[in-house]
Amino acid sequence: MSSWLKSLIIGIVVIALLYVLNGMMSKGGFFGAGIDDYTARLLVFIAINIILATSLNLINGFTGQFSIGHAGFMAVGAYSSAYFTVNYGKQLESAFSFLGETGASSIILIIAIVIGAIVAAIAGAIVGIPSLRLKGDYLAIVTLGFAEIIRIVILNIDAVGGATGYQVPGYANFLWIGIFAVITIVVVHNIVKSDAGRALVSIREDELAAEAMGVNTTRYKVTSFVISSAFAGIAGVLFAHYNKFLSTNDFQFIKSFEIIIMIVLGGMGSMTGAVVGAIVVTLLPELLRQLPAIQVGASTFQFSDLRLVIFALILIFTMILRPQGIFGTAEIGNIYRRFRNKLGKPGGLE
Amino acid sequence: MDTFVQQLINGLTIGSIYALIALGYTMVYGILRLINFAHGDIYMVGAYAGYLLAIYLGFDANPSIFGFIVVLLGAMLVAALIGMAIERFAYRPVRKFSRMTTLITAIGMSLFIEYLFVFIFSGTPRSFPQLLQNDNYTIFGNATISTSQILIFAVSILLMVALQYIIFRTKIGKAMRAVSFNLNSAKLMGVNTDFVIAFTFALGSALAAAGGVLTAQYNPKIEPLMGIITGLKAFVAAVLGGIGNIPGAVLGGLLIGAAETLVVGYGSYIGIPSTYRDAVAFAILILVLLIRPAGLLGTNVQEKV
Repeated sequence: MSSWLKSLIIGIVVIALLYVLNGMMSKGGFFGAGIDDYTARLLVFIAINIILATSLNLINGFTGQFSIGHAGFMAVGAYSSAYFTVNYGKQLESAFSFLGETGASSIILIIAIVIGAIVAAIAGAIVGIPSLRLKGDYLAIVTLGFAEIIRIVILNIDAVGGATGYQVPGYANFLWIGIFAVITIVVVHNIVKSDAGRALVSIREDELAAEAMGVNTTRYKVTSFVISSAFAGIAGVLFAHYNKFLSTNDFQFIKSFEIIIMIVLGGMGSMTGAVVGAIVVTLLPELLRQLPAIQVGASTFQFSDLRLVIFALILIFTMILRPQGIFGTAEIGNIYRRFRNKLGKPGGLE
Repeated sequence: MDTFVQQLINGLTIGSIYALIALGYTMVYGILRLINFAHGDIYMVGAYAGYLLAIYLGFDANPSIFGFIVVLLGAMLVAALIGMAIERFAYRPVRKFSRMTTLITAIGMSLFIEYLFVFIFSGTPRSFPQLLQNDNYTIFGNATISTSQILIFAVSILLMVALQYIIFRTKIGKAMRAVSFNLNSAKLMGVNTDFVIAFTFALGSALAAAGGVLTAQYNPKIEPLMGIITGLKAFVAAVLGGIGNIPGAVLGGLLIGAAETLVVGYGSYIGIPSTYRDAVAFAILILVLLIRPAGLLGTNVQEKV
């Protein structure tokens, strides 16, 4: 089977799957089968976090540039696109009304995503060009600083609600969020496997050596940073139009840390790791909510109140016991092939 | 002019607290190249330790200088022990791994302390008892300085002098400098590096706890998440002065404290509303790092092939 046909089939299957899930989340359900709102919300946040983790992995995991200000670019994408949809959404809705309600909101969402991605990319260039001259911890602190400044500036713009928050129309649904999560994975995967991706990895491994081999390190670092910011912006757009409400509190530096935790927990420089990390970090605090209460004498001891403490402990222990993260730099494909070879059934030539 | 002096006094008060916390960041970074994100929370732990000591020993009822000193030293001791415990159980096992791993461990530790305290003391703020009679003194015309501000200046200067003495005049200080210069060589020369690192954590944590108790005297509202933003700014102060550099941390702390209050006081004249207060520290940091990548007093290390 030719490779483009294979990709096409996989693409159709994935979209069909997302479509079915999306149908199950809607009010009527999909042929009677439904998903409750809580689970639906969790799935959406997993998808958004996959976009964030995968894009951050491009600059942190593959290029080796330590950026911890991802939430800032997410905020830029969220607020810029929300400003657009709040002010022009109604006009566009009537302009595209011939496509039906779903069609119109999809078109508007895509325009919003383009706007959010471009504005976040510009913000990424403005932040990245001066600060990528710095290395290691200094770069980390400067990106963190920029993200906080972005947040405080947004907090002071009254046109986007300022401190009171911002009401946003809900154009995004799980189908679009899922599709963009898949697009992010495919794009980042293809970048990493391309010539440019090899250049990025060479910068991570040894910047001086890469430069000596003729890699324009500054250009590659800035490009990778800008692409990463653009995808963070897309995640912000989707978050804004799903959540229908924006507050700058959603983009504090703890959000950036959360994304860093996802990629380190999953394994830096592993696509699979970023996806798994996003799933684990989104689900774990929710699963810990289910912990039982214990009756000690007269008082009840609510274990679920300790869920963030337990989450922190799990994080620390994972780092002590498995410092390279769950996947290290391996991918699910490598592990599958190794496993298959072990069973004595060698697969096709790779 | 009077208000300017007043703003400057208030700014340097906050700046001294930032400086005290920044010292811990800078010492740990100097030795381990680790951004100890849990350090801001140690400042909070110090404030809570002081609070509990003051309540249980009954110093809240009758303010006295003796009570203040007991609470201050007690809080410093508790924080030093906790700092050493954190180093022993969380940071030592990951010390040999990559920087990312240690950083995530530090973030995990920070979350652990924060939410443990939220669990134990609930998120609602508590009021720290006044341990000393608080009076206002008029200086320079109309500017006033309160007892708690004088206390902050006096105690921080005293602690900084003591720290300077420990680092440059004692044997353990010499060992600390050796370890920060080169950990492996120091080990080969017979320095007990594990002990030196633990000692550094104890020292830094004690200073942060002193900062916590002093802040609580100035602004008596304490809550479990109070260390996040203060800790972040103190860290910025440490980087601003040149991380790993002790006078740099003090300079950075005072600069950021002063700049913050001056922006709140005078920013509106040049178009910066006072709501930008929290952005000031980061803006200064970014400007300085872009011009002098190693910080104000840091030395630039040439990369070798």
